[in-house]
Amino acid sequence: MHNFDLSLDRITKVEGSASLEVRVKNNKVEHVHLKITEFKRFFTQSIEVKPIITAPQLLARICGTCSNAHLLCSIEACERALGIKPTAQTILLRLLTIYGLMIRDHALHLYLFVMPDIYNKDAFLDFDENDPEQHQLLHDAFAIKAAGNQLATIIAGRSIHAIHPTIGGFLHFPKQEEINKTIKQLQETRPAVLRLIKIFADLPWRFDRKTDYLAIVPERFGFLNGPIRTSYGETIPEEKFRDLLEHVVLPYSQASAYKHKERPYLVGALARLNLAKDKLHHKTQRDAADYLKLFPSTNIYHNNLAQAIEILHSIDDALEILTTTKFKPESLIKGSYKANVGVGVIEAPRGTLYHKIEIDDEGKIIKGEVIVPTGQNQVNMEEDIWKLVDELLPTHTKEEIVKEIEKLIRAYDPCMSCAAHFLKVNWQ
Amino acid sequence: MTKNTSMTKNTSTKKLKIGWFSFSCCEDNTIVMTELLNDYWQEWKKIFDFKHARVLKSKNEWDNFDIAFIEGAIASATQIEMVKKIRNCSKKLVAIGACAVQGLPAGQRNSFTPSQQAEIAFLLERFKALPKVLKVSEVVKVDIQVPGCPMDHKNFLQVVNNLIKELQNK
Repeated sequence: MHNFDLSLDRITKVEGSASLEVRVKNNKVEHVHLKITEFKRFFTQSIEVKPIITAPQLLARICGTCSNAHLLCSIEACERALGIKPTAQTILLRLLTIYGLMIRDHALHLYLFVMPDIYNKDAFLDFDENDPEQHQLLHDAFAIKAAGNQLATIIAGRSIHAIHPTIGGFLHFPKQEEINKTIKQLQETRPAVLRLIKIFADLPWRFDRKTDYLAIVPERFGFLNGPIRTSYGETIPEEKFRDLLEHVVLPYSQASAYKHKERPYLVGALARLNLAKDKLHHKTQRDAADYLKLFPSTNIYHNNLAQAIEILHSIDDALEILTTTKFKPESLIKGSYKANVGVGVIEAPRGTLYHKIEIDDEGKIIKGEVIVPTGQNQVNMEEDIWKLVDELLPTHTKEEIVKEIEKLIRAYDPCMSCAAHFLKVNWQ
Repeated sequence: MTKNTSMTKNTSTKKLKIGWFSFSCCEDNTIVMTELLNDYWQEWKKIFDFKHARVLKSKNEWDNFDIAFIEGAIASATQIEMVKKIRNCSKKLVAIGACAVQGLPAGQRNSFTPSQQAEIAFLLERFKALPKVLKVSEVVKVDIQVPGCPMDHKNFLQVVNNLIKELQNK
């Protein structure tokens, strides 16, 4: 008969700081508390009264790894508040910026965080260069990450806290020689991504729990624009996204959590592929056809596979844009100040990201609100852990259960840095 | 971020013991480090023994670090104790990034208006946060600072190169 309190002080190989507490009594789980332990940095308060132009760069500092997602989402919210419509070229440059992020960030997660669990290693850098298979993985990992980094750098200036994207357009435009170098690098990386997809498709890891999910479903699978679709079959315009979510206070966690229709739900790559695999680039659909048959999936470990497929899509669509577009300098589009509210919704690597900004008629910020993917996944993660532990209790030791819990949490690719830094705002 | 700096040749078989720690921040410097791995992972595998780096490994050890890198500002009494513990077992302590070096933007609540302070007070109390967020040098002696948001990777590599020379020649 199991009776114990299981405590993980700090979960490793994830972004940011979180701990977990599971209470088991008479072989049954009594509670699961996933505690996001990052200290709040109160970004939504700090932008108050500041000019709207300061919001995107400041809000990008919410998170190091997803900084360019926050930057693009905030720019979208600000442009809608100012009545700005970006040019066709700006939209393409933003797509390339998010593709650079997806390639870099998904590869970091899949190789450095998840791969050690597959090969029973403590760290990815412990992989053996003298073993041909592990040698290949080491080289693949850093080649893919470098390609994403290169793409983001030529388009956005930096892969972390980018400096070129701004309200109304871009401050710098890529040179053709940089584009040519990047095309070559992306093309050379593609076979490594196909190897990565196969690894995660062949992996026998399974944990199934039917849950709700939602994501932006654009015409061009590009993470930036389009209505929100849910697993209920609903289609909601971006500006109504906030109406979908119910805020849940978890007194043990520094982060805000959310439900939809009083039920937990999932966001992220798995949700995106469950809802929109037919929107992927045609080359991705061709070369990942066998693996795409696995979606829609209820297996949370297919979030890893979905991320690997999204890397391929990001490379394929980036190559199409880079090889068919001649970029030229454009002036920034100016908006007009009036009392208004703007909403930005994009797909960040870990799921749907929401920024809202309210300004006065001088362009000063009255209020801001940010809802991040990890906050939306938190209740779903807890329910998964609950079910997982209940299932494992009869046959597994406490140490084995801890290992399985960490694997499951990593499959969500949570970002605690994002999740913790807001105070709930009650919009009137 | 592209390779433009050669690492110092490893003249010794003894690896440098590294601690990598994150406090209150967005962890952008950790991401810079993981991006530098794209170019330097083979050299770093030979030179560095990452004893404590939660982003890279699960079995983290407290040891006598040759170099401890700290990113992030200090937001709680527990974090103060942790930074002191790191200082006591590190030959060199390097503060990286704006939050560690200047305390910002993690410490932007330090300059909130009284009404904003009142709005967040219950959360500071609930999670036992310090009344004022601190930069690392307000808590312990810092040997080297690498500013920037995120830190500049060329400056970081220069600091690392200099430390390798200094520590391996001892």
